[in-house]
Amino acid sequence: MRFRAKIVDGACLNHFTRISNMIAKLAKTCTLRISPDKLNFILCDKLANGGVSMWCELEQENFFNEFQMEGVSAENNEIYLELTSENLSRALKTAQNARALKIKLTNKHFPCLTVSVELLSMSSSSRIVTHDIPIKVIPRKLWKDLQEPVVPDPDVSIYLPVLKTMKSVVEKMKNISNHLVIEANLDGELNLKIETELVCVTTHFKDLGNPPLASESTHQDRNMEHMAEVHIDIRKLLQFLAGQQVNPTKALCMHRICRSGKKTLLFRVETNETSKVSSVLGDETIFL
Amino acid sequence: MKCLVTGGNVKVLGKAVHSLSRIGDELYLEPLEDGLSLRTVNSSRSAYACFLFAPLFFQQYQAATPGQDLLRCKILMKSFLSVFRSLAMLEKTVEKCCISLNGRSSRLVVQLHCKFGVRKTHNLSFQDCESLQAVFDPASCPHMLRAPARVLGEAVLPFPPALAEVTLGIGRGRRVILRSYHEEEADSTAKAMVSEMCLGEEDFQQLQAQEGVAITFCLKEFRGLLSFAESANLNLSIHFDAPGRPAIFTIKDSLLDGHFVLATLSDTDSHSQDLGSPERHQPVPQLQAHSIPHPDDFANDDIDSYMIAMETTIGNEGSRVLPSISLSPGPQHPESPGLHSEEDEAEPSTVPGTPPPKKFRSLFFGSILAPVRSPQGPSPVLAEDSEGEG
Repeated sequence: MRFRAKIVDGACLNHFTRISNMIAKLAKTCTLRISPDKLNFILCDKLANGGVSMWCELEQENFFNEFQMEGVSAENNEIYLELTSENLSRALKTAQNARALKIKLTNKHFPCLTVSVELLSMSSSSRIVTHDIPIKVIPRKLWKDLQEPVVPDPDVSIYLPVLKTMKSVVEKMKNISNHLVIEANLDGELNLKIETELVCVTTHFKDLGNPPLASESTHQDRNMEHMAEVHIDIRKLLQFLAGQQVNPTKALCMHRICRSGKKTLLFRVETNETSKVSSVLGDETIFL
Repeated sequence: MKCLVTGGNVKVLGKAVHSLSRIGDELYLEPLEDGLSLRTVNSSRSAYACFLFAPLFFQQYQAATPGQDLLRCKILMKSFLSVFRSLAMLEKTVEKCCISLNGRSSRLVVQLHCKFGVRKTHNLSFQDCESLQAVFDPASCPHMLRAPARVLGEAVLPFPPALAEVTLGIGRGRRVILRSYHEEEADSTAKAMVSEMCLGEEDFQQLQAQEGVAITFCLKEFRGLLSFAESANLNLSIHFDAPGRPAIFTIKDSLLDGHFVLATLSDTDSHSQDLGSPERHQPVPQLQAHSIPHPDDFANDDIDSYMIAMETTIGNEGSRVLPSISLSPGPQHPESPGLHSEEDEAEPSTVPGTPPPKKFRSLFFGSILAPVRSPQGPSPVLAEDSEGEG
């Protein structure tokens, strides 16, 4: 198993750092999947209700100008590593004014991901910061649990409003209730609603636009104004929103009701088509 | 004793107190002929800090009322710090600060003259004490380096604020290396990230040390002096010797000087003080800046070989090579009569689970038989007597 990559472009480094910061805000440990064309950050939260699971995909060539990897074997040319998210974001933090950043899989006393940063320095000599992030190699038999979440044929799919606005609304709502209802329809309308014994507050967003859906046929007879709703834990939603530091070019929310009655909400945030982050939140319907 | 500090120096004094508060819980205030000294020591006696403010630092400085003996006092650090707690406030509103100690009263009076006629008076109780002295001599240390505090401040940036210890050493090509130090954990599943900063010789105004030397000391305590030196824009010198011998950190300008003396881990306590990367097996020098550009050697990056290496112990990459420095613990300061038993260092084996500083040896609170050459004058080295007797 081998891996080495290098970033020299400041903007790429910046973007990569922000993604890593977002991951660090979402979960303590994360899985890094390295394949020939992509780099993925995967968070698996297997809690029964309202768990967050996140999948982030980066097209390797959009970030690294050097990228070499050799997976576990020829048929399984991938590497799955588990590491503490904060370590990576802390390592990247020192790379703010870097000339170059190198990442390598090494084993110094223990297997680690070595992040080596060459800093711009006023004096003629270069300064080099090296971080050895301890990692755990994930065996092949566990790879099946770490695949991209698929939400086929959502019932409703809608573009989100400006995330910053949405975040400030949800933050205020957090003080009133722990559970939030998200309603959306195919007419570009999204509602964020909280209900308590004393008060019910709804924020309406209009004219948001809906992405084109895959299967047109099923939707011709659908009522465009019918709202699909899902209950989620506000804190989980805020966690997701708080992590969004990158201004996305596209942010959308897909809602799906499975045959079993389980509802899933998928948030997908894309930036310039270089990175794609998908977050899945499960439904938490409160039975009264 | 009476001294008056005015203008920007009030903030400087405040910053010094903040620095000292990182080390110990008690402040020893001693007005001397050559200035006001503020000293402290930590509870395990593994760190000592001292600031000496020259008479010119003050608008008015009177060490003692004529005919009276020089007074010394020991105050709770928390109390003294509370006067200077908000540096922003000191800068904005305090015009003068007057510190006076009257032999008759049992209070140290610190008076802040602020804007708009506001006067804040703090009456702090104190204890009489012996002079707190540490035996150390920067000139006797074979190795030293000096750099602007800013450079050292940038050098410790990669380390998290919570990091306790750091190893400083000289690597190949006369590169100065700072590496985070973590104690060997019994539970080796939770490994900590190891960070290393490598600077070139050019960043230092003076570098007098051979490749391969390294010491490990408490970063948190060092940060205390570093933040002061950075704010005052001073150069910081580090004088050090073999592992186990205390390291001396000094700053100096025309109006003040500061000394922080920190114990260092001795060879018997530490395993990984050598900064050599295990991939290279060179007997001398041991210290390698593995971040120096070298042809990437994939053989060492192969994880699979790690799995194999776990079984064998012959010449594997995990072996640690000790520094080539002599392993003798150095001359032990002979126990001197009159030292309290509290001066004896805690044996590492009897204090499992205690924080690292307790393992450091308090060698420098040593003997009066050793030549005394402390900057504070000729007074003999004495342990501070908890009874407060003369």
